[in-house]
Amino acid sequence: MTKINVSTTINGDAVDYLCDAESTLLDVLRDQLGLTGSKEGCGTGDCGACSVLVDGRVTCSCLVLGAEAEGRTILTVEGIAEGGKLHPLQEKFLEFAALQCGVCTPGFLVASKALLDRNPNPTEEEIRFGLAGNLCRCTGYDKIVRAVQAAAAEMRKG
Amino acid sequence: MRYEAPTTINAAVKLLAGKAGVARVLAGGTDLLVQMRTDRIAPDLVVDVKRIAGMRAIATGAKGFKIGAAVSGAELGEHKALRKAWPGVVEAANLIGPKQIQSRATIAGNVCNASPAADSVPALVAAGASAVIAGTKGKRTVPVETIAVGPGRTSLKKGEIVEAILLPKRPPRSGDAYLRFIPRSEMDIAVVGVGVSLTLDTKGVCTAARVALGAVAERVLLVPEAAKALIGSKIDDDALARLAAAASAACRPIDDKRGTKEFRIKIAGVLAKRAAQAAAARARGK
Repeated sequence: MTKINVSTTINGDAVDYLCDAESTLLDVLRDQLGLTGSKEGCGTGDCGACSVLVDGRVTCSCLVLGAEAEGRTILTVEGIAEGGKLHPLQEKFLEFAALQCGVCTPGFLVASKALLDRNPNPTEEEIRFGLAGNLCRCTGYDKIVRAVQAAAAEMRKG
Repeated sequence: MRYEAPTTINAAVKLLAGKAGVARVLAGGTDLLVQMRTDRIAPDLVVDVKRIAGMRAIATGAKGFKIGAAVSGAELGEHKALRKAWPGVVEAANLIGPKQIQSRATIAGNVCNASPAADSVPALVAAGASAVIAGTKGKRTVPVETIAVGPGRTSLKKGEIVEAILLPKRPPRSGDAYLRFIPRSEMDIAVVGVGVSLTLDTKGVCTAARVALGAVAERVLLVPEAAKALIGSKIDDDALARLAAAASAACRPIDDKRGTKEFRIKIAGVLAKRAAQAAAARARGK
């Protein structure tokens, strides 16, 4: 079967890959490009562990075909830290112990970044709505919400 | 499977019409990719319509709004004029899933997926929305309620694609609302959904109304008898009681894991009342 040639931008780098028509963006990221930060939880868009930004909007990469990424701008959890310096969200997730097993964490970080990019000062309710597409079976969510609040406060200071 | 992303509607129609086997349109993909993943369908061809001009745009004209078939729920929610004119439609579309789904899911896809419980569809039907359909014989425009014919089945013919959803211009003193019952507070599938759109005159008398019910039949129902209960009234208790009775009488639901027949019939009446009150409050400018 002929593969599809895709040119896209991932974490600021121009990337070309060949993929099968059936492959999801998540398959391509993990199996072809070695970007294994995005996790496959459910594979059906329910858990958010595979969340990435596509043209700035948070999306389940398991519900996007690899071929659809042509010409788009993708950000994965690997692109959140800048030059070895952790993003404030990553710092606060560590500080507040907002993770246990860690499988959901990349998705939460990406979804939290999407939320704060659009709303630098969200209410607790807005945070809970903004992260409703990400399931965590360990933490009970409260530490995650506190970490996002703390990161937002830090980012507002600049 | 073959993947194509044509840049014109005619090319998309030609691809879909010419392919033997299973061909599917890909807009947001939030239903299609799940169906593929769970082996419910194995398409031979997927036609991604997002590269077609106009598919991702909301156009505002003298007749109302033209919403491209690939416009996402998030984009609907960010469109101020649309939100102001049709708050019930936008709210209904924005109820579907979390941010990740809103980034991709479309109302045209919600219509074409033909789930009886689709949240945006009762709101669209109540709004009098229509769909522009492109096919091998040109274009046709049909009311949204004629597209789904049963769970997962539509009246679209081979090669046909919904190109846009049209929402009419609003007369003054109009309002719409969509309410659903789910057993949790958010992120669930409707057990019953009700869309109401209405217009009042300067004295507060209802001059036009449309009522649509979701998840109480094999497809979303437009219920003219329920609208009749509102027209000519001031949306008073008596009219609301007749509305509720007419809405309940129109239901022909099934029992399933989400709710019983009896429960759905009763709740359809309750929600019809509340949705009419919410739509009327909007029409009164509250």
